[in-house]
Amino acid sequence: MSSEPSISATRRMTIGSVLLFIVFLAAWEWLPEALGVPQFIIPKASRVWEESLRMWSRDRLLFHTGITAMQVLVGFLLGMLLGMLVGFVLGMSPTTEFVLSPYILALQIAPKVAFAPLFVMWFGYTVYPKILVAVLIVFFPVMINVLGAVRAIDPDIVRLARSFKASRVQIFRKIQFPASLPPFFAGLRIAATLAVIGVVVGELVGGNTGLGYLLTFGEGSGNTAMVFVAIIMLTLVGIVLYGAIVLIENRVLHWLPSRARTA
Amino acid sequence: MSTPRLEFRNVTKRFRSSKGAEPITAVSELSFTLADGEVVSLIGPSGCGKSTLLNMGSGLDPATEGQVFVDGQEVVSPNEHVAFMLQKDLLLPWRTIRENVEFGLEIRGRSGRERKETAYELLKKCRLGDFIEHYPHQLSGGMRQRAALARTLAVDPAVLLLDEPFSALDAQTKMVLQQDLGRTLADTGKTALFVTHDLVEAIALSDRVLVMSQRPGRIVEVIDIDIPDRGNPMERRKSPKLGPYVAQLMDLLHIGETIE
Ligand SMILES: Nc1ncnc2c1ncn2[C@@H]1O[C@H](COP(=O)(O)OP(=O)(O)O)[C@@H](O)[C@H]1O
Ligand SMILES: [Mg+2]
Repeated sequence: MSSEPSISATRRMTIGSVLLFIVFLAAWEWLPEALGVPQFIIPKASRVWEESLRMWSRDRLLFHTGITAMQVLVGFLLGMLLGMLVGFVLGMSPTTEFVLSPYILALQIAPKVAFAPLFVMWFGYTVYPKILVAVLIVFFPVMINVLGAVRAIDPDIVRLARSFKASRVQIFRKIQFPASLPPFFAGLRIAATLAVIGVVVGELVGGNTGLGYLLTFGEGSGNTAMVFVAIIMLTLVGIVLYGAIVLIENRVLHWLPSRARTA
Repeated sequence: MSTPRLEFRNVTKRFRSSKGAEPITAVSELSFTLADGEVVSLIGPSGCGKSTLLNMGSGLDPATEGQVFVDGQEVVSPNEHVAFMLQKDLLLPWRTIRENVEFGLEIRGRSGRERKETAYELLKKCRLGDFIEHYPHQLSGGMRQRAALARTLAVDPAVLLLDEPFSALDAQTKMVLQQDLGRTLADTGKTALFVTHDLVEAIALSDRVLVMSQRPGRIVEVIDIDIPDRGNPMERRKSPKLGPYVAQLMDLLHIGETIE
């Protein structure tokens, strides 16, 4: 038995998932109606599609999606860099981690989205509160994973490098940094979905831009289809970010034994 | 008499126990020397301080008292004359076998070309020529350990410190690697201090075997191995002289005394 699926098996699976998608769309279009569910509870697929076209031309759907995507991306990148930095510093300095651990734990347990109203009070109806929530929410999974990875390095590997007279910088560049990458990317995958949540909550709390704003607007005007469109667009933003991470990860971590790579 | 390649002069190593109570004396006032090109094995009960001695030799963990010298120079920190190899291969999973072999040279700032040439040559010698651009997880345990040996040899150390390098391998792979090591050490004329639990391995590979006592470790006996052809451990294993040496070591280590 071969462990890798053959070409034809892969093709069969692709055809299978396309068929499933068509079935799903068809069910969405006709099933609620057949069961007597009104359109203001679940609008038809075609109705949602029409609404998205209307929003595209009338409600600047692209603009709002762009704003949300930008906030997600900036928040994600900043949170990622910060998480990485703090993860490395704490990983290399057990004393610092010991001193800071109660605060880190408290902040980790605190629901990050609860900070959204506070940030809106601080920065007003701007992009900053949304980005800040995203930074905060992305920070933890990245930081924890990098910290854990640095801690998990076999001290004998570091000793080996030191026996070759490696400098502190060399040990970082040649051992600690590459060793942290697999958990780092695992953290990024989690962070990608969280970043979208952070930004949306920020937008729900205040402001008049972004998909979160369109969500509240649709809700306020009883336009269920609009809410559906906003949810779909948010999902797409998340998928694009997640996909980009997986793509980069596959390039960077090509050396991982394939069984250790989660699809 | 010329200066010994490696000398331990009255070394003592104490470790602070965590509770601040009595420090543990791992090895106590121990002295021995290795001449240039000599291969010497250290055997003794586990926990008697064999690894501790090698760590002192590598300069990573200096002695509490006493000194270690390489070519008459005191070892106070890691230096280019000594390289070590452990039971764990310590290969970096994100580097190919070649890049792993180049690791030490890279840290020492050698040019890419020189590194590559050295790595190719050593990997061919270690019969890994077909796996140069493979990743460690694609290799068997024995092959990985051969790659680790190539990495150790790549920096061209005057002294090799080997801490049970083959103890995780199955019996047959082990014999093949012993043969590789024996031949390499004979060909290159390197000096090596070799820690092992395997009495036959110690006898087959070395010029001399140092037997250590329980902690605090001291050397209780030095046995010169008078079997020809140190570069061919396979043949040495078959020598009729091997049995008596094993018996002698078993006596010294009190193996089997409690079984009766
Ligand atoms: N870093 C350390 N801290 C405290 N005790 C240690 C340390 N390293 C080794 N020891 C102790 O020193 C003794 C010798 O250890 P080791 O040299 O590893 O023995 P072995 O002969 O099995 O290689 C052991 O009793 C061990 O518990
Ligand atoms: Mg040991």
